[in-house]
Amino acid sequence: MAENTKGMDIAVVRELKKTALNLREHVVRMIGVGKAGHLGGSCSLAEIVATLYFHTMRFDPKDISHPDRDRLLLSKGHSVLIQYAALLELGVIPLSERGKVKTLAGMLQGHPDMDRTPGIEAVTGSLGQGLSIGVGMALAFRLDNRPSRVFVIMGDGELAEGQLWEAAMAAARFGLDRITGIVDRNRIQATGPTLEVFDIPDIEEKWKAFGWNVLTVNGHDIRAVAAALEHAAGLQGKPTVIIANTVKGKGVSFAENTAAFHNGVMSQAQFDMALAELQAARAKLA
Amino acid sequence: MTVSKNPRTAYGEALVALGKRDTRIVALEADLGKSTQSVLFKAAFPDRHFEMGIAEQNMASAAAGMALAGKIPFIHSFAVFASGRVYDQLRNSICIPNLSVRICGSSSGLSDFGDGKTHQSVEDVALMRALPNMSVVCPSDSAELTAMMEELADWKGPVYIRINRNDLPFTIPLDSSYRIGKVVKIRDGTDAAIFASGSMVSKSLAAAQMLAEKGISARVLNVGTLKPLDRNAVIGFAEGVRAVVTAEEHTIIGGLGSAVLEALCGVPHAPVELIGIHDSFGCSAENYDALLEHFGLTAEAIASAVQQILEGSS
Repeated sequence: MAENTKGMDIAVVRELKKTALNLREHVVRMIGVGKAGHLGGSCSLAEIVATLYFHTMRFDPKDISHPDRDRLLLSKGHSVLIQYAALLELGVIPLSERGKVKTLAGMLQGHPDMDRTPGIEAVTGSLGQGLSIGVGMALAFRLDNRPSRVFVIMGDGELAEGQLWEAAMAAARFGLDRITGIVDRNRIQATGPTLEVFDIPDIEEKWKAFGWNVLTVNGHDIRAVAAALEHAAGLQGKPTVIIANTVKGKGVSFAENTAAFHNGVMSQAQFDMALAELQAARAKLA
Repeated sequence: MTVSKNPRTAYGEALVALGKRDTRIVALEADLGKSTQSVLFKAAFPDRHFEMGIAEQNMASAAAGMALAGKIPFIHSFAVFASGRVYDQLRNSICIPNLSVRICGSSSGLSDFGDGKTHQSVEDVALMRALPNMSVVCPSDSAELTAMMEELADWKGPVYIRINRNDLPFTIPLDSSYRIGKVVKIRDGTDAAIFASGSMVSKSLAAAQMLAEKGISARVLNVGTLKPLDRNAVIGFAEGVRAVVTAEEHTIIGGLGSAVLEALCGVPHAPVELIGIHDSFGCSAENYDALLEHFGLTAEAIASAVQQILEGSS
């Protein structure tokens, strides 16, 4: 792993940890009380998305259409709340939208909709399509000699979609080293643990067999995530996938490791508890 | 009538011409390049041609990614796969964000006569027409196809292009100026209006000739663009006649016939009869004409439909 990431400034790491907690708070507030929302799969991505937007990605919130920007695609589009959270935190999405998720008057749709929402790069949500979109982008950027990297976040349950493996073959076939895949391995899908619902064994070996570099990290360890993202940038000739071991619902105790908050509804008490827990975690950081 | 260039060859050559003019044009293929004739583009612009393997779903979503990065991608397969196999990818990756991807549905309808029902597209127009943002074009000959292609560099949003595998006679006047979205009268008449698309345009012209020999005057309208359909033109051309017939190489559910009826809905019009395939898959046949005849897609059937309406109304 690259030295400068390993020796990442402690203040930078602390700031990113704080940002991840801020993103979780945005997610909790976007869902609110008495309404269904994808809390679990959004919270498992908080450190990864914070590191991408606030550390790794070439992305200027004041120039979000720059042709050379890096792209982040959420193939697991149902977790888009965490991307909205980052875009809220960056000021790309106005804070006034936070309370209007999934309403007719709001710009924040239930799944990524690039026509309505600034900063969203593609339409995803029908699972399995994001990596293919990334392959097309990467081929075009290479053709145009652009520096842009493409990051595609997939779910571990989503790996059952056959199209992802078509895309995996294509990315390797074309040597698309500017693509970095990230598998959010939180081990829980909509109806239960992946082990019980549809176990996909040997994920690392599968990606290797499809011609990818594979890095496995703790997806809540900012330092490890940042290092893996930087390491991937230096690997040439092959795409890289980061298998991120995560906890579904991470940071909100009642939502952790349960399918109940894949797309669950919070009571007022749960909502208050979630905010209190995030506040306490933030206080501990300072 | 003279036999025009094969539509697939015309397509391949037109794509090369477009690629010369506009470097944003890229082509994606799924191992059917010799059939779709995307091989011509590959020979001319190897850097802008991508063999994606036999993986149509990935090809369709990858085309979305290319469009998002500023390219104008043309994706290729047989019509049955280009519409049905990748329906969800067209819907979500391409049509929702209204991306300018062109879907080349080659060997459409029954034109792949030998390969049978798995390879023949009888419902592709219905599927594509139902997708919001999607435009659907179906040229009647190679000249119309070439003219259509000219417009596809700048046409906004996704377009499905339905291309026949076999030689088709010239139907449109060679000096006519082509525009996507127009319904074109190619023969005048006063008793009946025949709306046709694709291979059925030449059959409709033959039907009009047969009817003329019996003293019946039928106008023939080429509906080269099935969507967006020029509703006012359809209403106008259907006015003043005593019979309206539609003719398509497609199921009568959701295709040209349905589109014409939707256009005429709510305005007074003559009785309408639909010539097409009646809720059935195709099958293998020894040649194209034999297969079209098997499904009643002939000039005789069109003429007879006109006559029956006129006899019923008199």
